[in-house]
Amino acid sequence: MNDIVIDTHNISRVYNPTTIPVYAIKNLHLHIRRGEFTALVGPSGSGKTTLLNLIGGLDKPDEGQIVINGTDITKLSPGKLIDFRLHNIGFVFQSFNLIPVLTARENAEFIMLLQGISKNERDERIKQLFRQVDLEEQIERRPSELSGGQQQRVAVARALASKPQFILADEPTANLDSKSASNLLDIMNKLNKEENITFLFSTHDQRVIDRARRVITLVDGQIASDTEPIMTSYAH
Amino acid sequence: MISLAWKNLWRNKNRTAITMAAVFFAVILSVFTTSLKDGIFDNLVKNVVSFYTGYIQVRKKGYWDEQVLDNSMAYNEKVNAPLLSIENVSGGTPRLETFGLISTNKNTKGCMVVGIDPEKENLVTSLKDKIIKGSYLADGDKGVLLSEGLADRIKAEINDTVYLIGQGYHGATAAGMFEVKGLLRFGSPELNNQIIYLSLPAAAELFSAEGLSTSLVVSLKNPKALKESVDAIQQKISSEYEVMSWETMIPDVKQHIESDTRSMKYIQGILYLLVSFGIFGTLLMMMVERKYELGMLVAIGMNKTKLSLIIIIESVLTVMGGCLLGLLASIPIIYYFNKKPLVMGGEIAVIYERFGFEAVFPTSTNAAIFYNQGFTVLIIGLLLSLYPVYKIIILDPTTSMKR
Repeated sequence: MNDIVIDTHNISRVYNPTTIPVYAIKNLHLHIRRGEFTALVGPSGSGKTTLLNLIGGLDKPDEGQIVINGTDITKLSPGKLIDFRLHNIGFVFQSFNLIPVLTARENAEFIMLLQGISKNERDERIKQLFRQVDLEEQIERRPSELSGGQQQRVAVARALASKPQFILADEPTANLDSKSASNLLDIMNKLNKEENITFLFSTHDQRVIDRARRVITLVDGQIASDTEPIMTSYAH
Repeated sequence: MISLAWKNLWRNKNRTAITMAAVFFAVILSVFTTSLKDGIFDNLVKNVVSFYTGYIQVRKKGYWDEQVLDNSMAYNEKVNAPLLSIENVSGGTPRLETFGLISTNKNTKGCMVVGIDPEKENLVTSLKDKIIKGSYLADGDKGVLLSEGLADRIKAEINDTVYLIGQGYHGATAAGMFEVKGLLRFGSPELNNQIIYLSLPAAAELFSAEGLSTSLVVSLKNPKALKESVDAIQQKISSEYEVMSWETMIPDVKQHIESDTRSMKYIQGILYLLVSFGIFGTLLMMMVERKYELGMLVAIGMNKTKLSLIIIIESVLTVMGGCLLGLLASIPIIYYFNKKPLVMGGEIAVIYERFGFEAVFPTSTNAAIFYNQGFTVLIIGLLLSLYPVYKIIILDPTTSMKR
């Protein structure tokens, strides 16, 4: 069964290669299968964000290959990489990063507009997405009119709007209070279980780590430990 | 994309307002300086033409070098008709000019005597408009029109008799008595202090120069096509005549216009530079402020072409908005200074009087000025918006999204 969505082969990312080389990621192998709910943990500077950037196609490794759903993204041109991200990867950022001038609905719809999806399909999907993130009432509000937790749920809806292969979330609960964080985790968990959506997130938050079904610990750009994934969704 | 660009404009109202204000004031300043420059020069040329020389003069070859009656030419329809067949020529009027002495019982003074066809002369130089007292000449009138300054010097009034003495054609003695029909006022002190007009038949009789004229003053439909008209006239008439434009007859005015045009170009260049810095400053501010957001948009899959297009649409809307408002605001300003021109004093007035004109600076209301200046500022704005486009092209989302 080829259910591997993310496959990194011996990737390295080196800063200052000509002076004093600093390995942010060193000879890293990683496989993420469809439906995983994985937390990337480790101390500051361990390479979590760099790894997410590499997997998300925002950065390129100095060595190795990153294969996403069968496509080696290290070989894609910058333009094709942007297009690849649009259709295959959903992003949730620590500080939400919604477009402030657009409403919650427009923020999620924006991705689908970029994908060229028809209005009917967009409308239908928007309804479904906001039901899933439990924000149907706030759909026409602007980010400034939403709480942090609500904004992050809109960000999740936006990330899901493009029907990506997986969602990368960089410290998604870092700016949230505990109730909002718990709420967000419930939603992400539910999406993972019910919709078989793959999540990979970096975190320092013990609550997130506790609810992850696979925890990868990075130290100095290398995997120090990797718990066996507990596959609850894709198996059924 | 247009909708997103539009919404972005309202997101930071201050930034948009500052950019629009920079463009707004730039357009007003740019339109005003250009309009003033064109207005001054148009006025200068109009003065030159209407005060005396006309746009073009046809004379007998040699008259320019030695301006005496003996170098006058026969004036008849054979000379006039070919000129009127030229498309840009709207009319012509003959003149018989010479110098003489004018006297009253109280004073005598040297003067320039000009015999004219009153009706035609008025069409070319609007002479009738310069009447300040009395009436204009009729065809074959035996009276004279005196310039105000000259009348003042010889203490002549309307209906007074003046005596003209001079040398006629081929050395004949010229002497005659004339009634003062009207007084004229010229902006040029030089003309205002020495000119006297009488009808062409009266002048011909006085100077024994029947059927002669010293020059034929030509008026044009399109004064901008001056050189082409001079060439066309020269081709139509015999080589025994010389054709001169006002630019040749009064070269110092042309040089003045040329040197002032050059100076104005530098001033406008500095103005455009200031405008550019104003707009560029706000663009820089915008790029710093939106660095994170732009990085995020590229990260989530917005291609850089579309993102650049949004920024360009934002720039176009901002610059166009500023431009339109600037143009609208400049219209009443320009019209105000056209109706109530700036009147200069001091050294500027002295310089202009040296050329024989009043230092009155009206603005030009030529619509092309509004289009051109608006368009220029718009182009500057659009060119400057290439900077954000360049920054987007080289944008690295990971670097941009670092807090």
